Amino acid sequence: MIQLRNVTKKYDKQEALRGIDLNINEGECIVLIGPSGCGKSSLLKSINRMIDIDSGEIRVFNQSIESYRVEELRRKIGYCIQGVGLFPHLSVKENIAIVLRVLKWKEEDIDQRVNELLSMTELPLSYINKRPHELSGGEAQRVGVCRALATNPSILLMDEPFGALDPLTREKVQLAFKEIQKKLHKTVVFVTHDVEEAILLADRIALMQEGKILHLDTPNKFMNLDKNEYGSDFLGKDYSLRLLKRFTLADLNLKEVRSFNSLVNLSLGSSVKDGLSYCLNAEQSIYFNDNNHIYELSYNDIYNFMQRINHE
Amino acid sequence: MNRILKNRVTLIYTLLFLVWIFQFDWIKETLLFFLDSKNTIVQRSSLFELAYQHSYIVLLSTTLSILIGLSLAIWVRLSRSEELKQIVLQFSTIGETLPTAAIIALSVPMIGYGNVPLVLALCIYGILPIVRNTIVGLNTIPSEVQEAAQGLGLTRLEQLIRIDLPLALPAILTGIRIATVINVSAATIGATVGAGGFGVMIIAGIRTYDTLMIIQASVPVIVMALWFDRVLRAN
Repeated sequence: MIQLRNVTKKYDKQEALRGIDLNINEGECIVLIGPSGCGKSSLLKSINRMIDIDSGEIRVFNQSIESYRVEELRRKIGYCIQGVGLFPHLSVKENIAIVLRVLKWKEEDIDQRVNELLSMTELPLSYINKRPHELSGGEAQRVGVCRALATNPSILLMDEPFGALDPLTREKVQLAFKEIQKKLHKTVVFVTHDVEEAILLADRIALMQEGKILHLDTPNKFMNLDKNEYGSDFLGKDYSLRLLKRFTLADLNLKEVRSFNSLVNLSLGSSVKDGLSYCLNAEQSIYFNDNNHIYELSYNDIYNFMQRINHE
Repeated sequence: MNRILKNRVTLIYTLLFLVWIFQFDWIKETLLFFLDSKNTIVQRSSLFELAYQHSYIVLLSTTLSILIGLSLAIWVRLSRSEELKQIVLQFSTIGETLPTAAIIALSVPMIGYGNVPLVLALCIYGILPIVRNTIVGLNTIPSEVQEAAQGLGLTRLEQLIRIDLPLALPAILTGIRIATVINVSAATIGATVGAGGFGVMIIAGIRTYDTLMIIQASVPVIVMALWFDRVLRAN
């Protein structure tokens, strides 16, 4: 879907991108992660030509991005940024519809599309007439996502979109986005410096440093990265623990039981990390109820699961 | 509250102006009580005529300033060129530092006497505040708003029309207001080169040491300036 070949970019003396090769498949979510100044944002912005690269080639839909008119390229690619950048003088509806207006869509088609997008991002339809300053941070970000999706682009570029939100809202929006992505299967390039966000959302993580991709793999594989000192430093020594958040107790294939001591407040939809947290306070197994089925969870289940995904 | 107050003040200005122009005899009686005026000169033009000429000159010159000023600022914006911006700002600053009197004096040999050199001078004078305010207004649009507009695939022209100009509108209005108010008062000097307006009566009053006449023509200028200042405020 997106191919980058030996892409370089220099700002004055600083090299932002030093020979990037990257293949992004259709429908996958690639998360670019790394410290400030590693070139992750530059890489993202070079795809929709917000930044022009110095050398190399970028192909989108099997065509060099140079061959598109730049506005045409950008309309084929959704774009979300950290500050959202909603247009303060326009209502929510007009914000979302701005490109549709330029493309001269019919009024009823616009209405329908806006309603579709709002309900998908779980925003009340009554919001269409609100102004951006009346929205909370999380709501504004959802509107930003709606706006990026308005023309139904198959590629979505997201530059630290949830970076400015408070932790609670951020997690909600992340989960909402994950749900949307499950339905829409967009090809997503996502930039963040938050390791947990990367683990939660990524199909593959690209760990970047000083303009190069150090490591490109699924989140599970990053568990074995200890040898690479830089990588494990950035991802954190508690990477395995963080990885648990990516999975739910349903992924563990737990045994159903009939006898139990006492129940804890978990369900199959809870993250493995939450499950582990409960285990830490229990001497042996813990039990929980999901839809009138009782499941047993122990350290061993989690250990076995980690072994399994490690060797997948 | 503010809105009501603003409307009321505007109304007072309007009434004061109209009474002054059409019923000056009432005011004259009161003023003569304080002033020792000869009031011997027979005026050739009525106050209404002068008011008409004055407004005509101000509106015409300011409209030209707006057209030129906005075009320059938009040209700068669309080019996204820092150099061009500096050049335009420099030139309009030069336009501002030239005294109105000098522009009028310089243009008379070329254009001749009358309203034209005055309109030209006022027009040049009004460009700077409009250009500068428009450019500043466009520059203060938050960078993430601009990035979003660009990233969504709007062309520069579409960005200008749908995003930039509406957001810069308050600043642009301020520029227009300043230009208009300056031009209302600066237009009085045009009488020295045979242009019309309240200046005619003010100059005549100065020549004949007629205080009443000077007051008679300068108060409407002040009121007109105040009126434009009110009406052209954004909120």
